[in-house]
Amino acid sequence: MERTKIDLWVGIFVALGAAALLGLAMKVGNLTSNKIGDTYHVSAAFENIGGLKPNAPVKSAGVVVGRVAEIGFDAKTYEAIVTIKIDKRYEFPKDTFANIYTAGLLGEQYVGLEAGGDEDVLKSGDKITQTQDAIVLEKMISQFLYSKASEAEADKSAPSAESTKDKSTELGDAPF
Amino acid sequence: MINIIINKISRLLSGIGHRMIARIWRLGAGARLFILAIIYSGESFKRFHLTLREIYFTGVMSLLIIIVSAFFVGMVLALQGYNTLQKYGSSEAIGVLVALALVRELGPVVTALLFAGRAGTAITAEIGLMKTTEQLSAMEMMAVNPIARVVAPRFWAGVISMPILAALFSMVGVLGGYLVAVPLIGVDEGAFWSQMQANVDVRADIINGVIKSVVFGVACTMIALFEGFDAPPTAEGVSHATTRTVVISSLTVLGLDFVLTSFMLVV
Amino acid sequence: MTSNIVEIDNLSFGYNGRLLHKGINMVFPKGKVVAIMGGSGSGKTTLLRLIGGQIKPTKGEVRVDGHVVHEQTRDGIYQLRRTMGMLFQHGALFTDLSVFDNVAFPMRELTDLPESMIRDLVLLKLNAVGLRGAHKFMPTELSGGMARRVALARAVALDPNIIMYDEPFAGLDPISMGVICGLIRSLNDALGATSIIVSHDVKETFLIADYVYFVANGEVTAEGTPEDLMQSTLPFVHQFVHGEKDGPVPFHYAAPDYRAQLLG
Ligand SMILES: Nc1ncnc2c1ncn2[C@@H]1O[C@H](COP(=O)(O)OP(=O)(O)OP(=O)(O)O)[C@@H](O)[C@H]1O
Ligand SMILES: [Mg+2]
Repeated sequence: MERTKIDLWVGIFVALGAAALLGLAMKVGNLTSNKIGDTYHVSAAFENIGGLKPNAPVKSAGVVVGRVAEIGFDAKTYEAIVTIKIDKRYEFPKDTFANIYTAGLLGEQYVGLEAGGDEDVLKSGDKITQTQDAIVLEKMISQFLYSKASEAEADKSAPSAESTKDKSTELGDAPF
Repeated sequence: MINIIINKISRLLSGIGHRMIARIWRLGAGARLFILAIIYSGESFKRFHLTLREIYFTGVMSLLIIIVSAFFVGMVLALQGYNTLQKYGSSEAIGVLVALALVRELGPVVTALLFAGRAGTAITAEIGLMKTTEQLSAMEMMAVNPIARVVAPRFWAGVISMPILAALFSMVGVLGGYLVAVPLIGVDEGAFWSQMQANVDVRADIINGVIKSVVFGVACTMIALFEGFDAPPTAEGVSHATTRTVVISSLTVLGLDFVLTSFMLVV
Repeated sequence: MTSNIVEIDNLSFGYNGRLLHKGINMVFPKGKVVAIMGGSGSGKTTLLRLIGGQIKPTKGEVRVDGHVVHEQTRDGIYQLRRTMGMLFQHGALFTDLSVFDNVAFPMRELTDLPESMIRDLVLLKLNAVGLRGAHKFMPTELSGGMARRVALARAVALDPNIIMYDEPFAGLDPISMGVICGLIRSLNDALGATSIIVSHDVKETFLIADYVYFVANGEVTAEGTPEDLMQSTLPFVHQFVHGEKDGPVPFHYAAPDYRAQLLG
């Protein structure tokens, strides 16, 4: 094997590897979407942030406008303090509403911003006052079961024996 | 009766002990070779064409098997992933699934396993044969250090080739998954890529995958080199050594993967 | 300073505890061709490896140019080896390099000669062994005798002071045999080097050697100039020189009685 031919092939090999790595970073990874130019930081307090993590997207009208920079805990109010960084190009009114949403039923959690009508805009270091907590699935399920149970209670008081029997099999009782 | 049993047990225990000592001895000898390879690697950078030649034989020659396997692995991942995800109505997450599985685990691990089978065995057999035919002795008698001339360039070639091959594996795998998911199954193209980009982190996933493959490169190449050096100078000895290279490399890669993954997930 | 470039002093060595050499004394004067002869398995190759410092003696020592070989550091041994050339019994050509690159190997590894000069030197050495035309071949494309001639060219590539030949005549046709024979002698005289020849071939060895050692049973059993040895009446030497089957040199490796082994 000629030395120059080996050099050529190794060159191709390394170039392919570099291209693959670049492709992974740009096309597969979040290297491009991570770069949201200059940002300003605002914070918001939540009673429960669920599974929100640093670097989670901040969206407004479904468009990514920033990312979660930091998540802290206020030991006085027992609240979570979420600091988000927002792209300098986007300005939001002071009375913007911050929610924690879940993408899909079990998907990733993100911060959603809903603009209010205030004339003044949020500046770096400001605090968003209107927030809504994450919907915690366990809480929802227990609430759902609780309401079901009270429904069943109400049913029991009704004189229909047939329906109670149905209920018990529905809940998975053994058939014997 | 009891005597016989005690005898058998003691023989069993001493057998285990001997094997353990032999293993530990080999581990030590391997570590020594590793350190010597590092100490004597000046040559392989000063005369880089020595290393280039080995990159050709370990890296370039493994390209085909890596690309073909990656393509199929990516396509299968997409098929299986879709099958499960659509039950939960989140078939767009298929891109995330394929990409994360490849970048975090399958890329580095499967590449290392294929590397052990393709390049590792070649290294072991070559060095074993060089030893059997006294080529290494001849080199020593010429005052040329076989560790600097034979081991170090192959070592660096393996360490350089492995991450390149693993990155290619992941990228080609993602493309294979894309082909199945988007044109074949009909998942929305935009969702496929954007969900992927939103969930694959460059540092936590891609860089960690590269770190893994570098570690696997060191382990696989070193095992192959050591087995070649340690092979008894016979045809049978070399063939056993080649088998051992595959077995030990594979187990080491899987074990290391567990350790590395637990570190990366915790930190 | 002695005029002996290599001295072997009361040397004992054995593999796995079984002594192969039991107190060997030899001297190799500068500028001479010295032969070591002995039966198969008598430890001749091992002796060369001891001189090259690849194995350590159990007792006694080997001195090369006044340095005790087994007391050298790794660098010291490499320094000594730079002055040696060795032809291996089985050639030991690098199978992944062409004939040309094999001969060029020591030059490229150990010197900073420019590639054009290396090319001239390699072709010169290959021409001496009659294989200049085969410089593009790979070792697997060579016959056994050709491979040994290439190995010979490689052994003398850097014009060493001490040249060790392990069976230089094995597997050569009569014509090449004569050429190689003359080559060993003329190389020795032209370079002012010292040659150590290990061989079975009495006729050729006696033709070019200045001094001959016979080893058997781990000891030097006879020594002298070829002329002396031809006249020798020692039964051992007589048997070896004249190639007789019966005599004090056993043809068989030490073994239990054949009859007993067959029947039992
Ligand atoms: N690496 C080794 N380990 C154990 N024993 C060995 C080893 N190398 C050689 N021997 C033994 O040492 C003895 C001498 O071997 P050596 O190669 O020196 O013989 P030799 O005189 O060169 O024979 P020949 O003329 O056949 O080449 C042999 O009996 C051989 O079995
Ligand atoms: Mg021999």
